[in-house]
Amino acid sequence: MYSYYLTIVLAPLAAAIIAGLAGKKIGRAGAHWVTIIGVGISCALSLFVLQNMFWGGAEAENISVYTWAVTDGLRMEVGFLVDRLTALMMCVVTFVSLAVHIYTIGYMHEDPGYQRFFSYISLFTFSMLMLVMSNNFLQLFFGWEAVGLVSYLLIGFWFKRESAIFANLKAFLVNRVGDFGFILGIAAVVTLTGSLDYATVFGGAEAMAEQSIEVLPGTPWNAMTVTCILLFIGAMGKSAQAPLHVWLPDSMEGPTPISALIHAATMVTAGIFMVARMSPLFELSTTALAVVIVIGSITAFFMGLLGIVQNDIKRVVAYSTLSQLGYMTVALGASAYSAAIFHLMTHAFFKALLFLAAGSVIIALHHEQDIRKMGGIRKYMPITYWTALIGSLALIGFPGSSGFFSKDLLIEAVRESHWHGQGAVYWIAYLSVLLGVFVTALYSFRMFFLVFHGKERMSKEAKSHLHETPAVVTVPLIMLAIPSAAIGWFTVGPVLFGDYFGDAIHVSSAHDVLGHMGEAWHGSLGLLTHAVMTPVFWLAAAGVFVAWFLYLKRPDIPATIQSKVSGLYNLLDRKYYFDDLYIKGFAAGGRNIGNFLWKKGDELIIDGIVVNGTANTIGRLAGVMRQIQTGYLYTYAFAMIIGLTMLLGWLIWLR
Amino acid sequence: MIGLQHYLTVAGMLFVLSIAGIIINRKNLILLLMCIELMLLAVNTNFIAFSRFLGDETGQVFVFFILTVAAAEAAIGLAILVVLFRNRRSIAVQELNTLKG
Repeated sequence: MYSYYLTIVLAPLAAAIIAGLAGKKIGRAGAHWVTIIGVGISCALSLFVLQNMFWGGAEAENISVYTWAVTDGLRMEVGFLVDRLTALMMCVVTFVSLAVHIYTIGYMHEDPGYQRFFSYISLFTFSMLMLVMSNNFLQLFFGWEAVGLVSYLLIGFWFKRESAIFANLKAFLVNRVGDFGFILGIAAVVTLTGSLDYATVFGGAEAMAEQSIEVLPGTPWNAMTVTCILLFIGAMGKSAQAPLHVWLPDSMEGPTPISALIHAATMVTAGIFMVARMSPLFELSTTALAVVIVIGSITAFFMGLLGIVQNDIKRVVAYSTLSQLGYMTVALGASAYSAAIFHLMTHAFFKALLFLAAGSVIIALHHEQDIRKMGGIRKYMPITYWTALIGSLALIGFPGSSGFFSKDLLIEAVRESHWHGQGAVYWIAYLSVLLGVFVTALYSFRMFFLVFHGKERMSKEAKSHLHETPAVVTVPLIMLAIPSAAIGWFTVGPVLFGDYFGDAIHVSSAHDVLGHMGEAWHGSLGLLTHAVMTPVFWLAAAGVFVAWFLYLKRPDIPATIQSKVSGLYNLLDRKYYFDDLYIKGFAAGGRNIGNFLWKKGDELIIDGIVVNGTANTIGRLAGVMRQIQTGYLYTYAFAMIIGLTMLLGWLIWLR
Repeated sequence: MIGLQHYLTVAGMLFVLSIAGIIINRKNLILLLMCIELMLLAVNTNFIAFSRFLGDETGQVFVFFILTVAAAEAAIGLAILVVLFRNRRSIAVQELNTLKG
């Protein structure tokens, strides 16, 4: 299996290098073929690995590939830990990546940066695989930073746009804040256990939980809590949890395939994956889990609300992504790691589908993204319409779709979680995820109705060109629609309640929500028949109904509501003023400090006083001294005589 | 009776005169060379006087050396002076201030 793993990782890297460095030689078709083949190989082998795990009963493998350095007992290695969690992630990553590669041929076919784009997305696949397959913290960090780098490059792909440059810098800087916590977390792990290797660290987790760290002198904190919260700050940055979520909506400046691949399906779920991977650590700190669940709840509910007021089709989907990431984080906090990973998987499919469908509409309308200028597209683009419908239904958790199984059980897990009866934490989490269902349904179908139904509000000129997009666009839509609709059916049982994850995810017996729920599990069909009796279903239905009523039946009402509660509308429209706070507060504050240090510290003190000041003082002194050097012989002779006399005088009289 | 101090006084006067000549003279470089010669002669007088009064001939040997060196030095000095005059068309001490900082 060793050579398989190596091929899975290196095939996209090789493709990225070929497409990137020899892009001009191999041409546009060459670039997309080489990358698609590279990712295709990875995808096929990943599916094979998963199949081996799932049906073949293959054991988890922990392989060290290369020792990079050994310093004072600390081994820095490149290695693969391939267990069932990893195998699942590998398949999700490579499959969505493959679909996006194909889709890109259609989406970017007029773009001059075609080869560069393919090189970047292949490089992304490599980085993400390195991240998920890592068996140590260093490689995890490498993958973490590499996906961040590619994300930066791709958000700013159209680097001549002012807004794209702003967005990619913002994404990079906000991620740095998270990474700061993450690297401190890794440092804490190394300090406490003396190893970077997962197996060693997890083995020493119990001992770690008994130690304490004094972050502030005099107040000892539990070492595990500190470590886990620091690691989670990293996850907050990468998975865009409040308050570090601000970069994700702006990242929609990048091309749509990227929004689908990186900013919806895979990269942003790296944080979720990381926390699930670290489950043996998080399980030992209830405080850290409480932080996780509260942050997740806030993100899930409040970011969903923002989706209702957005008018840019991609931004609606982006806020939906934020909200769904919040759901996954809530599941992590409830110790239902499997539910989080399961939702991650289904979400990757249906959210990538929604993004690609949005992209399909955008292409058909010649890069128009405002949903107020769409409407009635249904009859022009039937394939896009039906696939988008499947995606939207999966997103709101329509019974039978993949999103239904993951979300319904996720909410159930939160309800049953060990926070039950713990007061505030429980109610924040449970109410957020429950009300979030209504919000999700409302914004999803608001967008859906505004785009595909109702009056045709686009310009005449746009309408005359409107037709279904080519096969390279629709095939990936169908490719993703199938798992979005159906994958929940046959995977929910084994993944959540069977022993699918085995040792890959560790849950302490006191927190074992899913195990508890598993006792009442009667298969997918049983869940489906109970669906109509849960509040989740009715909330989703209410959301769809409200969306239908407000945006199709009585389209005049939203404007009235908007003017009636303009305060609330402004709050949402300004995204809770987070951007203003960050840009005017932190960014402007940082610039002011920088300006102050530049003007006063650098130019005045260092340049003015220290460097030039020394030179000027010596220059002035030399100017005075120069007066003595008249150049006349007699002056020198006189000085010599005086000197000689003084020396003799001293010798004779003073000695 | 003429004693040692008389010789030393004469030598001292000659020496001070030559120094004064070096410092005060602003016009002619040749005068400066002559003052240096005078200074050496003052020293020679001292040597002779001490040699005579202390009964040691070493001093006289030194005088011969100094005379020889002084002759060579005068020759070189005058040669430099000629070259200087060719270059600058002047030997006025006042105008020789290229060493000025």
